Amino acid sequence: MPRRARPKLAVWKFASCDGCQLTLLDCEDELLAIADRFHIAYFLEASSATVRGPYDLSLVEGSITTPEEVERIHAIRRHSRVLVAMGACATAGGIQALRNFADVAEFKRIVYASPEYIRTLERSLPASAFVPVDYELPGCPPSKEAVLELLTAFLQGRKPRIPQHSVCIDCKRHGITCVMVAEGTPCLGPVTRTGCGALCPRYRRGCYGCFGPMETPNTTSLNTWFTQQLGIQETRLLPLYRSFNAAAPAFAAVALGISAAHVNERSGNELPFASKVERARDDG
Amino acid sequence: MARGSVVIESAHLRTLILTLQREGYQVIGPTVRDGSIVYAELSSDGDLPVGWTDEQEAGHYRLRRRDDQAVFGYAVGPHSWKRFLLPSPFVLWRARRTADGVLEETPPADAPRYAFLGVRSCDLHAIRVLDRIVLAGTAVDPIYAHRREQAFIVTVQCANFAPRTCFCVSMGTGPRATAGYDLALTELLEPGAHRFVVEIGSERGANLLAHVPHRPARAADLRAAEQAIARTATQMGRRLDTNGLKAALYANLEHPRWNDVAERCLTCGNCTMVCPTCFCFSVEDRTDLSGNVTERVRQFDVCFTTAFTYTAGTSHRHSARARYRQWVLHKLATWVDQFGTFGCVGCGRCITWCPVGIDITEEAAVLSSRRGAGAEDT
Repeated sequence: MPRRARPKLAVWKFASCDGCQLTLLDCEDELLAIADRFHIAYFLEASSATVRGPYDLSLVEGSITTPEEVERIHAIRRHSRVLVAMGACATAGGIQALRNFADVAEFKRIVYASPEYIRTLERSLPASAFVPVDYELPGCPPSKEAVLELLTAFLQGRKPRIPQHSVCIDCKRHGITCVMVAEGTPCLGPVTRTGCGALCPRYRRGCYGCFGPMETPNTTSLNTWFTQQLGIQETRLLPLYRSFNAAAPAFAAVALGISAAHVNERSGNELPFASKVERARDDG
Repeated sequence: MARGSVVIESAHLRTLILTLQREGYQVIGPTVRDGSIVYAELSSDGDLPVGWTDEQEAGHYRLRRRDDQAVFGYAVGPHSWKRFLLPSPFVLWRARRTADGVLEETPPADAPRYAFLGVRSCDLHAIRVLDRIVLAGTAVDPIYAHRREQAFIVTVQCANFAPRTCFCVSMGTGPRATAGYDLALTELLEPGAHRFVVEIGSERGANLLAHVPHRPARAADLRAAEQAIARTATQMGRRLDTNGLKAALYANLEHPRWNDVAERCLTCGNCTMVCPTCFCFSVEDRTDLSGNVTERVRQFDVCFTTAFTYTAGTSHRHSARARYRQWVLHKLATWVDQFGTFGCVGCGRCITWCPVGIDITEEAAVLSSRRGAGAEDT
């Protein structure tokens, strides 16, 4: 087979814990294959040796939280043929988006001795709030399988196969007994996107919603069941949704009492990926 | 009961399982795992849910202790036999690109010889429904066919529990199994006398019993068994009027209840996953990074996802209403046109395992009511 030049891969970090980048490094058995297929041009967590852009594929970890980061995400976009937001922070603002529901000035005043040195945005936002994003990989962190699927799909010029349905389907596929029905444990699985392999229910815990809202989340119905049938107090509902994907529209809406069905009409994961033409058409 | 009935003492259930294993069967049966009674491989009778039962309601299941040593004193759990007959995910084939072209490798056909222990009447009917679809249709599924052909079926007649979410009586699928098994057990729990009446349903069943100590069934045994099953029938927690159901549903495609149920439906897919007859699957090609290895994988698909109808760049059932309507109409109406039978056997799993307790019998009753406001022919 004639071999094309290896595409240049860059991995970027914004406000985040590095867990998504670590997922990439966790691909131990596949790392050599990745290095064989991609020219790893910029990946500070793996190597301090960097290569200048432009890049064929940029993976962006973290949310945008400072004016400097706004500049940087724009620069990265300019130098990237395909830009993929990776993980809960880059796709939904992350756990740090809890600030979006409070007064940042107040936080600064309480936390820092000299708050005047802190330059931060009012809100923690996903990359897509500032630049066009070609694909969003959900999860805190995304699974290794999803990262590999994304890279493989990129190489083959096809759409990644990352399911958008509920965690429930994977629970049932794995033969895991429903923790909500069988134990009365509140579980976000029915409104959460799969991708973790139903990790928490597998260990008899309710789903925490690490992968954010599924494609058509009906949080209103689930919450009604939580309060009316499982006896969960209204005041305990909000903390369930206020975690890694707190600012994802469908989860954020819970606080406002808005039906999730109305906010999640455009799923981020339907952003075009392989085809730039498609995006141009959408933008137009 | 064409081939007669015998009685075995409860202690010899162990012998029955051992005999099946000795005959080369992988024995799959009920066992307690993670808060429910599921179907899994049994190593011995010690894995059976002795003394356990379940409490079921819409969206509710609890494992409970019984005050006796009943082995099969529970209703169906979250698993059904399609798990074994239609394994998912299943690698259809795997191919590797070699230096001199494409070499196709097919995974070895090492389907286990299953013995299913504890198949209820509703599930026997579910298997029969699957037979019609994947064996008798225009295309035969060899994966199913192979497993189905070999499977040894030990039915358990439903007795000694109150079936809360079941409605097999309405669907004409139970609680008494009359055919389709190799052996059918009815558990009799009497003080000091724990035994099983065993109906012999096949030559294979009769041959197996030769290795299990038994005595002929007396009239009193048979009477006790019939009474135990009849009691279950009178305790059905749900009913569904199937008389004219198909036509009534077709006449109510715009019934306002579809909107109502859509408000509650989570589109999570649990109902289809626990349904013993939902057979839809998707096939996808998975490739590795090198692009040199690819495999084609089949797995259960769910009509509640947007991907299910994704065609030519868009999904065709956007709303929960459209998806729920599709599912219920298929189970109770279009299935009849397609396969000559309902796609529902009244096992009640979808009622119990719906996280928000949507009850197909309740919905169908309202949806098929011609008196429903706004009902119109479409």
